[in-house]
Amino acid sequence: MLEIKNLWAGVEGKEILKGVNLSIAAGEVHAIMGPNGSGKSTLAQVLAGRDGYDISDGSVAFDGEDLLELAPEVRTRAGMFLAFQYPVEIPGVNTTYFLRSSVNAVRKHHGKDELSAVEFIKLMRAKIQLLELDESLLKRSVNEGFSGGEKKRAEILAMALLEPRMAVLDETDSGLDIDALKIVANGVNQLRREDNAQLVITHYQRLLDYIVPDFVHVLHDGRIVKTGGKELAHELEEKGYDWITNGELQTA
Amino acid sequence: MMAAGTNMAVDRLVAEFADRPKSPSWLGELRDAGLARFSELGFPTTRHEDWRFTNMKPLTELPFQLDVAGAADGLNGALFTGLEGPQLVFVNGKFSDELSAVGELPEGVVVGSVAAALADGSDLQDCLSRQVRNGADSFAALNTAFFADGALVRVPEGVTVEAPIRVYFLNTAETDGATANIRSLITAGAGSSVTVIESWTGGGAAYFNNVITEIDAGDNASVEHVKFQDEGAAAFHVAGLHCTLGRDCRAAHHSIALGGRLARNNIRAWLDGEGLECVLNGLYLTEREQLIDHHMVVEHAKPHGDSHEYFNGILDDASRGVFHGRIHVHKGADKTDAKQTNKNLLLSDRAQVDTKPQLEIYADDVKCTHGATVGQMPPEQIFYLRTRGLSEAEARRMLMHAFAGEIIERIECEPVREELDRLVWDRLEANPHISETVKT
Repeated sequence: MLEIKNLWAGVEGKEILKGVNLSIAAGEVHAIMGPNGSGKSTLAQVLAGRDGYDISDGSVAFDGEDLLELAPEVRTRAGMFLAFQYPVEIPGVNTTYFLRSSVNAVRKHHGKDELSAVEFIKLMRAKIQLLELDESLLKRSVNEGFSGGEKKRAEILAMALLEPRMAVLDETDSGLDIDALKIVANGVNQLRREDNAQLVITHYQRLLDYIVPDFVHVLHDGRIVKTGGKELAHELEEKGYDWITNGELQTA
Repeated sequence: MMAAGTNMAVDRLVAEFADRPKSPSWLGELRDAGLARFSELGFPTTRHEDWRFTNMKPLTELPFQLDVAGAADGLNGALFTGLEGPQLVFVNGKFSDELSAVGELPEGVVVGSVAAALADGSDLQDCLSRQVRNGADSFAALNTAFFADGALVRVPEGVTVEAPIRVYFLNTAETDGATANIRSLITAGAGSSVTVIESWTGGGAAYFNNVITEIDAGDNASVEHVKFQDEGAAAFHVAGLHCTLGRDCRAAHHSIALGGRLARNNIRAWLDGEGLECVLNGLYLTEREQLIDHHMVVEHAKPHGDSHEYFNGILDDASRGVFHGRIHVHKGADKTDAKQTNKNLLLSDRAQVDTKPQLEIYADDVKCTHGATVGQMPPEQIFYLRTRGLSEAEARRMLMHAFAGEIIERIECEPVREELDRLVWDRLEANPHISETVKT
């Protein structure tokens, strides 16, 4: 579904990703772990299409299509989704209105009828239960005045509504207490299907107790230096990132 | 120092004064004093600090004609007409009995015309000209000398008026220079609650509405004042809003300013009690060669007062916006919390904004913040919306709506808020520059 080949990307002449290779098939959950500055968030931003990154080499294919050629909104309509580490506050834009516009933009892309306000509210009510979100939140401006946990749950609500084929979750666990983490993880797990895939980016193993990955990759200095099963996450938790980074230095 | 042109304009107006009714005597004295002050001050020029950015010269060139009679068939196309509650209509500054409908009111509440109240011998001495402090400016003085009529709203202690009181000011004058001096008085007794909605609309002539509205909100009162200004494209609108707020009161003024060739709003709030909250909230949309100016002075006279000013402007073509916000925290007004923001979006290279926040603090332990921005929409917000499937043009439109909506959503009176939201959105949608602009 997603094929990242030898991806090099950077900002203002400074390379951050230095040849990332990653292949994700439908039905799989992958986790990328890595210390601060390893390039985790850059990878997420590049996949979502943020301006300002120079892509000097490599390719990203999404369902066989050149993802890097697509505008950010077209990526989303085609089924690629990023849950932000820091969801953006947009004062004055009503959350329900925003989510409906978003759902309808995706539906339109697939030749489906747009949902009316009433139809959308029905759909949304079903989804917010999944995330134990307070409905009053949806009457407020997008992310404005939301707690950290509410922002992350609202991201997963958007994901639940858009039903992406490929969801990238960027540090979704940061700033969450354990209860909020469980709710978010439970929401994500219920969205898991045979025909979609998830890429979970995290610094800590904690999230992976609840969203159990099929594969764990360790990103270090812009490259994936180790890949394993879910037990790799526990190993990392016990031994720390030094284990990988030092180990790599020894074999280098 | 006045320019010769302004001098002549002053003389023309002063000459009209002899014929004005001067009774009752206390009012005659007020009017005489107003005229004397106006003669002394004349019209302001841009050399006056408070008028640096707003040149009133085009106004002084008008062939002033006071109290031009007018007629209107109804409130065709006006906003808020579907709402319940008292409705007052003034045509060219004079009360229209036919178009107004006050209906039943709680006991002791007065909703009507200032001129009628004066003619009936009502004593307005306790409220007329009471809120104009620190010496009247020239427009306030002119208004006191000449005002013919305006809305009168009096709510006694402890009374809540549920339905918003709607006041329509129509100007149907067909001659340039038609001048209406309009004086409205709103008093809200201790513990009372009232919402007043003003609508200002007019035709295509270069008429001049010179307005003073005085609001006296007592202790624990709750007052919401919404002003929808959509004057004709050639009109001059100069309006002073003078308020005194009592202890623990909650007062909000919303200025939705869309119309007129030149609109100047002098907002003066005297925060005269502890623990009160004052919100001044405004949105201006300008195009062509319009100029819309909000000039505010908030006086924190007592401790523990909160004041918040939020003004957003969207400016197109060669139009201009002016924001001046002075917060004056008096000695002893400790624990004041004052906040002001002014944000502007420019849709054209020729549009211009002058913004001037000002803090003067003479008390201890106060929290005062101010900020102003002029420019384009935040790129991180546009990116976020795009990652949710919206095109760049859709994202920009949504943010534009939000920019206006942020102000409109502070209006508590729900049906009014919804109507204004729709109207502003329609205006923005009709603007061909919205989706493609603000890109550098």
